[in-house]
Amino acid sequence: MPILSITTFLPLVGALFILILRGNQEDVNRNARNVALWTTLINFVLSLFIWFNFDPSNPGYQMVEKAEWIPAFKISYHMGVDGISMLFVILSTFLMPLCILASWESIEKRVKEYMVAFLVLETLMVGMFCALDFVLFYMFFEGVLIPMFLIIGVWGGARRVYAAFKFFLYTLLGSVLMLLAILAMWYVAGTTDIPTITATSFGRTMQLWLWLAFFASFAVKVPMWPVHTWLPDAHVEAPTAGSVILAGVLLKMGGYGFLRFNIPILPEATEFFTPLVYALSVVAVIYTSLVALAQEDMKKLIAYSSVAHMGFVTIGMFTLNTQGVEGSIFQMLSHGVVSGALFLCVGVVYDRLHTREIARYGGLVHNMPKYAVVFAFMTMASVGLPGTSGFVGEFLVLMGAFQDNTWVATLAATGLILGAAYALWLLRRIVFGRLAKPDLKGLFDMNAREIAVFVPLVLVVLWMGIYPTSFLKITSASVGQLIQTYETKLAAAGGVSVAAR
Amino acid sequence: MIAQFPDLWPALPEIFMAVAGMALLMLGVFRGDGTTRVVAYLAVGAMLFAAFLTMGYGSGRVVTFNGLFVMDAFGVFMKVLVLLAAALAVIMSLGYIEREEMARFEFPVLMLFATLGMLMMISANDLISLYVGLETQSLSLYVIAAFRRDSNRSTEAGLKYFVLGALSSGLLLYGASLVYGFAGTTSFDRIASLFAGGTHPSIGVIIGLVFVAAGLAFKISAVPFHMWTPDVYEGSPTPVTAFFAVAPKIAAIALFTRLLIEPFGHLVHQWQQIIIATSILSMALGAFAAIVQTNIKRLMAYSSIGNVGYALVGLAAGTQEGVRGVLIYMAIYLFMNVGTFAVILCMKQKGRMVEDIKDLSGLARTNPMLAAAMAIFMFSMAGIPPMAGFFGKLYVFLAAVQVELYTLAVIGVLTSVVGAYYYIRIIKVMYFDEPVAAFDKVTDDGMNAILIGTSVFTLLFFVVPSPILNYAATAAASLFAG
Repeated sequence: MPILSITTFLPLVGALFILILRGNQEDVNRNARNVALWTTLINFVLSLFIWFNFDPSNPGYQMVEKAEWIPAFKISYHMGVDGISMLFVILSTFLMPLCILASWESIEKRVKEYMVAFLVLETLMVGMFCALDFVLFYMFFEGVLIPMFLIIGVWGGARRVYAAFKFFLYTLLGSVLMLLAILAMWYVAGTTDIPTITATSFGRTMQLWLWLAFFASFAVKVPMWPVHTWLPDAHVEAPTAGSVILAGVLLKMGGYGFLRFNIPILPEATEFFTPLVYALSVVAVIYTSLVALAQEDMKKLIAYSSVAHMGFVTIGMFTLNTQGVEGSIFQMLSHGVVSGALFLCVGVVYDRLHTREIARYGGLVHNMPKYAVVFAFMTMASVGLPGTSGFVGEFLVLMGAFQDNTWVATLAATGLILGAAYALWLLRRIVFGRLAKPDLKGLFDMNAREIAVFVPLVLVVLWMGIYPTSFLKITSASVGQLIQTYETKLAAAGGVSVAAR
Repeated sequence: MIAQFPDLWPALPEIFMAVAGMALLMLGVFRGDGTTRVVAYLAVGAMLFAAFLTMGYGSGRVVTFNGLFVMDAFGVFMKVLVLLAAALAVIMSLGYIEREEMARFEFPVLMLFATLGMLMMISANDLISLYVGLETQSLSLYVIAAFRRDSNRSTEAGLKYFVLGALSSGLLLYGASLVYGFAGTTSFDRIASLFAGGTHPSIGVIIGLVFVAAGLAFKISAVPFHMWTPDVYEGSPTPVTAFFAVAPKIAAIALFTRLLIEPFGHLVHQWQQIIIATSILSMALGAFAAIVQTNIKRLMAYSSIGNVGYALVGLAAGTQEGVRGVLIYMAIYLFMNVGTFAVILCMKQKGRMVEDIKDLSGLARTNPMLAAAMAIFMFSMAGIPPMAGFFGKLYVFLAAVQVELYTLAVIGVLTSVVGAYYYIRIIKVMYFDEPVAAFDKVTDDGMNAILIGTSVFTLLFFVVPSPILNYAATAAASLFAG
């Protein structure tokens, strides 16, 4: 059974269903919500089969599907997952139903189009993580821009048009350079098959250029300092569910891209540019943490914290040792869940008060105790409290970084302290303190729907924090192979540089 | 051998078109203006039948009329595109010309004759037949541009087009005479064999080639010979603009490609830099100048300048892969442009045509299907996958990368980002802005069919792209075979 294709394209079927819905506005809206929810739930269950079928001891691609697409140009429809991509597929399908549920009441206008956009987005995200052909990958990678542009622009906040354009053009600018790199690789390798290209070796000068072109695309996506400025705007203006997907999955596309392309295909350039990545990441960790401290908008603060956390991710994967790379994958998954949950927390109070200004809140613990618990828990996870998922990722990344470069590790570790500072301060200003403002007193605690959104998130964060092995064992074989590929290729290119390490 | 009666078989579509045009002209003359609709349908039928004849041609290169006329797979591909574009343009124009009281039978007949000229351009194998084809086309187009003779803008557009068109024809003829003077022949085949041995061309031939290229650059509206385009596009009646934007462009690009690849193929190093320069300038101007436009027809004029720039990227490569890229690009360009103009022709409020971009405001709510179609075309023009436009750009840039024209490719993709700005601005207007007055309902069946057909093609091209890609590859190969 072509499970990957089914998981990829099932949401499109749901989208088509929604498109043909007719009738009065009320019914259409209700049906659209239901169809979207059920489609994403079924898709999540289906994606669990990918997990069950996955063999953790096999480092290669599994559940591979290959069909002819454009044979004359050696472009094929090639899908498959390995330990690096599999969990991202699950992450995407896991967050999707929660997003639909979170938008249940907050989206009132053009519900039909909203649900279609999200379902199309799911297809593109899942497809991107499964694609094993460059043209196919690029289509999914770039296609994501279309629904996300519309989601931000149609259902976003006051400055939505600006944010949508910035998001679109920034990302497009990075991606077109990657497209040229893909074309150049296609020309050299004669095919766009990713496993074949991974086995091809490129000349050193060419590697440097190709690496930079890929870097342009993924650095914008991650986002790394200094090309992160689209992210706060996009996050702030996007509707809650849009922010969840942005933080939860779209940022991971950049990290995934580094792991899948830059490192194994272009090892010499990777070695050459590692100091650059370290430098930018350390700046991101420290600088954006400081910026986060100064924010007055809740979503903006979380957006900057995302940049800082993704800084850890990029440090981890370029250490190129087992702890670092596995840690960075784990950190991406954890960040996907935790920052998604934090955006949902913002959404809960935003739906009630329609403001994201931190100063407008305070003392919510008194009349929203359940909310306070969830918010506090997710903040702790974001800070990296042991027992939550955030701890494992950051710990592994730092461990990996200490082996490679003490200075980077030390500087990155200060980011942990700053992270604790802004996150706890945010918590203090919103949840604790006196319940002074009159309009806050009337707020209701979370309803059953909202609790249903958060329960799975809390459980997953705890699971990842207490028994990370379930996740790490899936990634370990593929990460081992990745590092081995990298080192073998480097050694083949010239023993000197490896010895120097 | 010289007095031999020429083989008419390769020119069958052209002969059929000429006869059909004259027959329709007589029908119109004898039956009066009431026959416009009948004549238009018959013209569409004639074009489609000519396309059918063209497709039946088969493969292999045949030269006839003493070397003046050539037919090959490249010709088949381009002629089918031109005939299809022209037929769609006639269908789209019907409702408009009847509504705007332009319904005279000469209109479809002139389009038919213009198309005949385009077919001859594609098959030209000699500087003389090149010129004859080009002028058959141009003269018909001048008249069509000014067809709404009681409108100032339309007559102005026609006059501008005529004056500048005549100038460019002059440039082209001057170039052709220089080539003839220095090469001693006007035949493409003989020019090609002259340079085949690596003979260094004399400076006169180079200058002649530059003049010919300038004349053709005018016809495809490549920078710096683009100045007429925005005015003519804006001033001409909209269905005429729709016609101008597609069929003549395809024909002129085909002619340009054949001219540079066949007779002057060995001089690739001499003309490559000209094409690179015009390509870069066209892409940049198309992208930057379109940003400030408020009239959608003017915007499409700049968009077409930009698109020609991308097509020229493939030509600049000067390789078989490059020509393949040009062919794929033009095929996809046809569908997305016809579709966009179909949407523009639906921009009608209370029976009056509107052409401001802000008239599209909130279209997603007042007419979701039309907005969705337009969004597909705009994303496609911006080159966002999975729309067809992405594949068009993919193959021209692939060709550029293969011959290591990295600067050209980088500039190309960067301008495509700038271009994306104004394409998605239209989507912004349709989807993000509040609705203004709704457009009239589209009642024209032909228009609806064109809208659905082109948008489905543009959206779903990626599912089975192979037939067009493969045929384009065959067609490109045929140009390099001889």
